Amino acid sequence: MADVPKPEELAKIDHTPPETPWMETPTVFKDGMWCYGAKPQNLEAVGMPNPREWSPKDEDWKLPDDWKEIVLDGMKDRLGRFRSFKLFMDICVRCGACADKCHYFIGSGDPKNMPVLRAELLRSVYRKNFTLGGKLFKKVAGARDLTMDVFKEWWYYFFQCSECRRCSVFCPYGIDTAEITMMGRELINLLGCNIDWIQAPVANCYRTGNHLGIQPHAYVSMIEFFCDEIEDVTGVRVNPTFNRKGAEILFITPSGDVFADPGTYTAMGYLMLFHYLESMGLDITWSTYASEGGNFGFFTSHEMAKRLNAKMYAEAKRLGVKWILGGECGHMWRVVHQYMDTFNGPPDFLEEPVSPITGTKFEHAKSTKMVHICEFTADLIRHNKLKLDPSRNDNLVVTYHDSCNPSRGMGFFEEPRYIIKNVCNNFYEMPSNTIREETFCCGSGAGLNAGENLELRMRGGFPRANAVKHVHEKHGVNMLACICAIDRAALPTLMDYWVPDVEVTGVHELVGNALILDGEKKRTTDLRGEPLPGMEDIEDEDL
Amino acid sequence: MSAQKSILYPLVAVLVLILIPVIGVKLGLSYFFAVVVPYAAFIIFFGGILCKVINWARSPVPFRITTTCGQEKSFDWVKHNKFDNPFTNGQVAVRMALEVLCFRSLFRNLKMELRDGPKLSYGSAKWLWLGALAFHWSFFIILLRHMRFFAQPVPGFVDMLQNVDGFFELGLPQLFVTDAVIVAALTYLFLRRVVVPQLRYISLPSDYFPLFLLFGLVLSGIGMRYFFRVDIVKVKELAMSLVTLKPTVPEGIGALFYVHLFMLSVLFAYFPFSKLTHMAGVFLSPTRNLANNSRYKRHVNPWDYPVKVHTYEEYEEEFREKMKEVGLPVEKE
Repeated sequence: MADVPKPEELAKIDHTPPETPWMETPTVFKDGMWCYGAKPQNLEAVGMPNPREWSPKDEDWKLPDDWKEIVLDGMKDRLGRFRSFKLFMDICVRCGACADKCHYFIGSGDPKNMPVLRAELLRSVYRKNFTLGGKLFKKVAGARDLTMDVFKEWWYYFFQCSECRRCSVFCPYGIDTAEITMMGRELINLLGCNIDWIQAPVANCYRTGNHLGIQPHAYVSMIEFFCDEIEDVTGVRVNPTFNRKGAEILFITPSGDVFADPGTYTAMGYLMLFHYLESMGLDITWSTYASEGGNFGFFTSHEMAKRLNAKMYAEAKRLGVKWILGGECGHMWRVVHQYMDTFNGPPDFLEEPVSPITGTKFEHAKSTKMVHICEFTADLIRHNKLKLDPSRNDNLVVTYHDSCNPSRGMGFFEEPRYIIKNVCNNFYEMPSNTIREETFCCGSGAGLNAGENLELRMRGGFPRANAVKHVHEKHGVNMLACICAIDRAALPTLMDYWVPDVEVTGVHELVGNALILDGEKKRTTDLRGEPLPGMEDIEDEDL
Repeated sequence: MSAQKSILYPLVAVLVLILIPVIGVKLGLSYFFAVVVPYAAFIIFFGGILCKVINWARSPVPFRITTTCGQEKSFDWVKHNKFDNPFTNGQVAVRMALEVLCFRSLFRNLKMELRDGPKLSYGSAKWLWLGALAFHWSFFIILLRHMRFFAQPVPGFVDMLQNVDGFFELGLPQLFVTDAVIVAALTYLFLRRVVVPQLRYISLPSDYFPLFLLFGLVLSGIGMRYFFRVDIVKVKELAMSLVTLKPTVPEGIGALFYVHLFMLSVLFAYFPFSKLTHMAGVFLSPTRNLANNSRYKRHVNPWDYPVKVHTYEEYEEEFREKMKEVGLPVEKE
């Protein structure tokens, strides 16, 4: 892993482009800015092409002889299948409104990270091969040949885009770089050149049901470990069930929540909420087969996204549940909201989701039949169904990071805020141009949360971190709440780097802390085992 | 291609294009430039745009990929942002109208600044929005004003438009506000490309070419109206003969008129092959023209195909013993 420069060094960013025009500026792979290549066994596991040992640093990427033909055919095929792709290749006027909206450009100053140029990397090849002007006027028309250097440039920059769609908000034609990057990555994957940080989770998820490769028995024991932890903190034993046929609701959350802090505390929050509601009629089960909410297939190709997503409905059908409840996750919700029903629906074996506690019909989810846990919880709070003690979060001064995908691929802003304001007393928003639909990515989305590209992540996360720093200094914010598992994995590193005194939490961890369970003991610590406000001394006695 | 060349090539091209009708008319080719070229350009324009739109439309929209820029519709007690995150087709229509008529998305534009600290800030940056809006609307109004050449009697709204446009009552002939605005807007749109380093870096010859063409078109028009008067009666005679498909070319219309007409013709003919198709394309943009209701109503992908999945049976087959050990229910003992 390359050393990441100190924050003071990294923050010296020059946004002035170089002297040489971009087509004549060779792309140099800078250590810390790229991820390792897909391992052959992870490509083989899902039957993807060209499995071999290779490194992006190698001169020879070991591509098939007809690689150019494969890519151009792939491009033609996708131009015919996606209006978005064809249209976005044609209508950009290069007004530049998108340029300084990209967190990777803001953090790196590399002009090829301007969304417009990222798209031009592909557009130039499109023009050369698919338009009359490009064929006739070549370079004057902004066209260029597909060469190995161009392909490598694609690779470098399409894995420096987190498909966050912020640029798309500002584009006068709604050109969405996420679409461009997705197409670019699909083409890259035709030659087996995925990054392993995506390909390994894909292979794992296909086989074990989750990205982390957690096998069913381990999944169960991990969650049982959380039950022990909850019992330690609250004195109450929660008893989740797994793969239980006949349950009313299937719960699916990203596996990151059961694997690593601080996501684990969010998982504990879910468990406590479900336990609380059990006596009120909640009948819910977890699944080890559909044990992944996230979908790294989405960062690979539409087909792979569909293949991995299929487990959700398949498991719901097998277990005979009525509807599906989904945990806190970013791109998971983009896929669930905008793709799942189309990919693998219609789920005519399910029923329109109704909250068994409040009777609320989730009308807006009546076709896909999957509800976001923040919708579910917000509705509970709205109907006064939860006994909450927000003062148990008084040690926290909270701000909320809107995750990219639920923001710009769903429009999910109010429900999580409503929950936070009901379970916390100290909440402050970050500046308005850095939240809601204008929110900044954590810098590690779309499969870029690896270790070897840490510099890229710290650069890409800089705008987010800088806004946190602002509220940290202004209001003493010490906790960054989010509803995304990749955020929970990526933001702690980002905070350590840029704003060291701020920690990261899921919204349902805050719920878990505030939720008053029947028969609980007097709580002295929060779910992390940190003493509650005013309980600093008591904790010592307990020990 | 260097920025200098990116500017120079299209500039030279447009200068040459200006000379062509000047020389052509001198050589007695006025019929060609007054009739053949405009007709051809007109056909290429409409035919080309039509082909382009059909071509785009032939590619389906497999997924509902709305870019949501406000709160989605969920509960009754949560305020739904109807026009930045439409749920119904009616709301989509409003969103599209705001986009097309008011450049809603561009209105959001911000300018990022990095100061010591490090401290990032995002200031409002409405100039691009204003410049773009000013250009497009004044172009549109000028186009409508030109209806007076193509209709007899002149429609009432054209007279009205002309009166409003000339409300300053400055100079003789009366100055049209749109004439001043379009020159200012074009100048701004050109200068920002040249002055802002990032924009200079991303600009292609095909970004400058239409700008120069438009300059040529607008300046020749303004020249005719305010400085080098041409015989307006004859111009109308020609225009009427063109629309009635009985083309006759009156003698003695000034060369400047031919330059104006040729610039317009080139612009029209170039249109379908260029980025200018954004005019039609914006209506087809799937991130803007779809309702965000994909959980409410199923969106169908016309080319959907079955894919290989890892079934529960295969999963249980591999993990059955381990599952039984922790008491997980299994289908087959």
